[in-house]
Amino acid sequence: MKRIQAQQIAKQYGKGDTAVTALKGISFTIDAGEFVAVMGESGSGKSTLLSIVGTLNSPTSGRLTVDDIDVYALGKDKRADFRRKSIGFVFQNFNLLPYLTLAENVMLPLATVREKRAKKRSMALAALARVGLAEKAERLPSQVSGGEQERVAIARAIVGRPPIILADEPTGNLDSKTGKDIMGIINGLNSEGMTIIMVTHNPDYAAYAHRLLRVADGVLE
Amino acid sequence: MTLGDIAISNLRRRKGKAFFVLAGLLIGVSTVVALLSLVSAMKEDINHKLEMYGANILIVPKTENLSLTYGGLSLGGVSFEMQEIREEELENIKKIANANNVAALGPMVLGPVTVADQRLLMAGVDFQAFRVLRPWWTMKGQEPDDDGALLGSEAARLLGLGTGDKFQVNDREIQVTGVLETTGSQDDGLIFAPLAMTQELLGKKDRISMAEVAALCSGCPIPEMVKQISDVLPGANVMAIQQVVKGRMETLNHFEKFSYGVSALVLLVGSLMVLVTMMGSVRERTVEIGIFSAMGFRGSHVIRIILMEAAIISGLAGVLGYLVGFSVTKMLIPLFTEGHGAHVPFDPVMAAGAFLLSIFVGLAASSYPAFAASRLDPNEALRAL
Repeated sequence: MKRIQAQQIAKQYGKGDTAVTALKGISFTIDAGEFVAVMGESGSGKSTLLSIVGTLNSPTSGRLTVDDIDVYALGKDKRADFRRKSIGFVFQNFNLLPYLTLAENVMLPLATVREKRAKKRSMALAALARVGLAEKAERLPSQVSGGEQERVAIARAIVGRPPIILADEPTGNLDSKTGKDIMGIINGLNSEGMTIIMVTHNPDYAAYAHRLLRVADGVLE
Repeated sequence: MTLGDIAISNLRRRKGKAFFVLAGLLIGVSTVVALLSLVSAMKEDINHKLEMYGANILIVPKTENLSLTYGGLSLGGVSFEMQEIREEELENIKKIANANNVAALGPMVLGPVTVADQRLLMAGVDFQAFRVLRPWWTMKGQEPDDDGALLGSEAARLLGLGTGDKFQVNDREIQVTGVLETTGSQDDGLIFAPLAMTQELLGKKDRISMAEVAALCSGCPIPEMVKQISDVLPGANVMAIQQVVKGRMETLNHFEKFSYGVSALVLLVGSLMVLVTMMGSVRERTVEIGIFSAMGFRGSHVIRIILMEAAIISGLAGVLGYLVGFSVTKMLIPLFTEGHGAHVPFDPVMAAGAFLLSIFVGLAASSYPAFAASRLDPNEALRAL
């Protein structure tokens, strides 16, 4: 169970005349197992919202709780531990490390976990199998397509079985067929009980979600 | 996959940067090893040369008011009428803590004799010890056996004697087996004869007037040895010939200070190279470090990755640095030393020291970049998308 509650979250970058307000005090609740799409124009604040929910970006004011835990009241190390156990990130640009094989990339979130090497490897291969890439485990990112790299990014996000997946435009750099494949995988993860929060520009992909949060000028519409 | 695997994989990927850090540390460590080895070899060489200066500790009987110069050095003094040291007491010197540092012990009995109506000073010595104590002596002829004599150049001129001639002391006929070349010291006016024979002639059986000690070797604690000898010879006055000792110490200290100074400077430059390169590497990896943070890595995990990378390169630089420094010293040593063939043996202590020093410098220089990396805002990773 991971219920996410945002209360009057505001975020301002910079100070004085150069200050930019990205979020102007928004509140919402996302229940465990929900699939929520976040849409909005470029610069509307949706990526800021995602990074705050991902516990990577402290809000200027407001409170974010996950299962009644005020995550920004936690110390840096506790927050990092929380992130490792609870959140998986899928980035638009995949952000795979080019010098590691696909299996090693997927194993990265497990590097700080006390577990036998063989166990970590079997977890990584299972995650790769989940996205249909087990047979390419030993390839480098440069040796697979963009769609496959995105699937590896998903495998890396789910390898530790976090209850929450945050995806920032996961189909943004893919053709429509590959995009649909990726959405199928993400939808499947939601069916398995994972909470999905996905930023997207594409209304067709937003239609996969149970609910839509539309951000405009730092507020929810 | 562990933090160590990430560190090794990153080093493999960024070979250029790793090589730059390696080169910086390698140059630093090899320079330090070469300098210290060179100075060590030069010290050995200088010590060897200083040994040619002869005695550096003098043992004379305790006395109230005496003044005598000997060998051009102010040594206190000795009187022929005063109480002498018993020869057997000198055996105690072999029992002092630093007995192994005694290169030679030369007892000497002194007394006036009359030869052909001339009053001269006769010195009974142990010629074997005097080879070490008077390395600058050159002579025409040879050292005497049990009953011959060696004349100083001035004594030979005064007596009109040369090698093979004979003279009489107290009705005893003595053959001149050799004549010393002029030394410019009081030795020129002396008659040198075997100790036992001189003691008998002077009526000083088993007694000596003074003794000289050569204790010149690498790291000989001369003041400490003076104290040790004083303790075992309470009836004697033991003195270090300060000029030689101090000169020697100053020379060695000068060399050591110079090498430490240059070593510190080179290490500082090397560590700055490491610092700059590692900072560049951290900046290059901003997004990567942000991804680590997004995956739940703590700041300490990021620090460990960077310090592991630094430790691996530094360890390698330590090993290679010692080997390069050792080889350079071997090549340079003939240019800096002369004569007795100073050599540079493999020194496991220095090898271990070079390894640890390299790791220490590498880690110290990388600690700020590692700390800076751990403080990076993880949101940078998302912003960079």
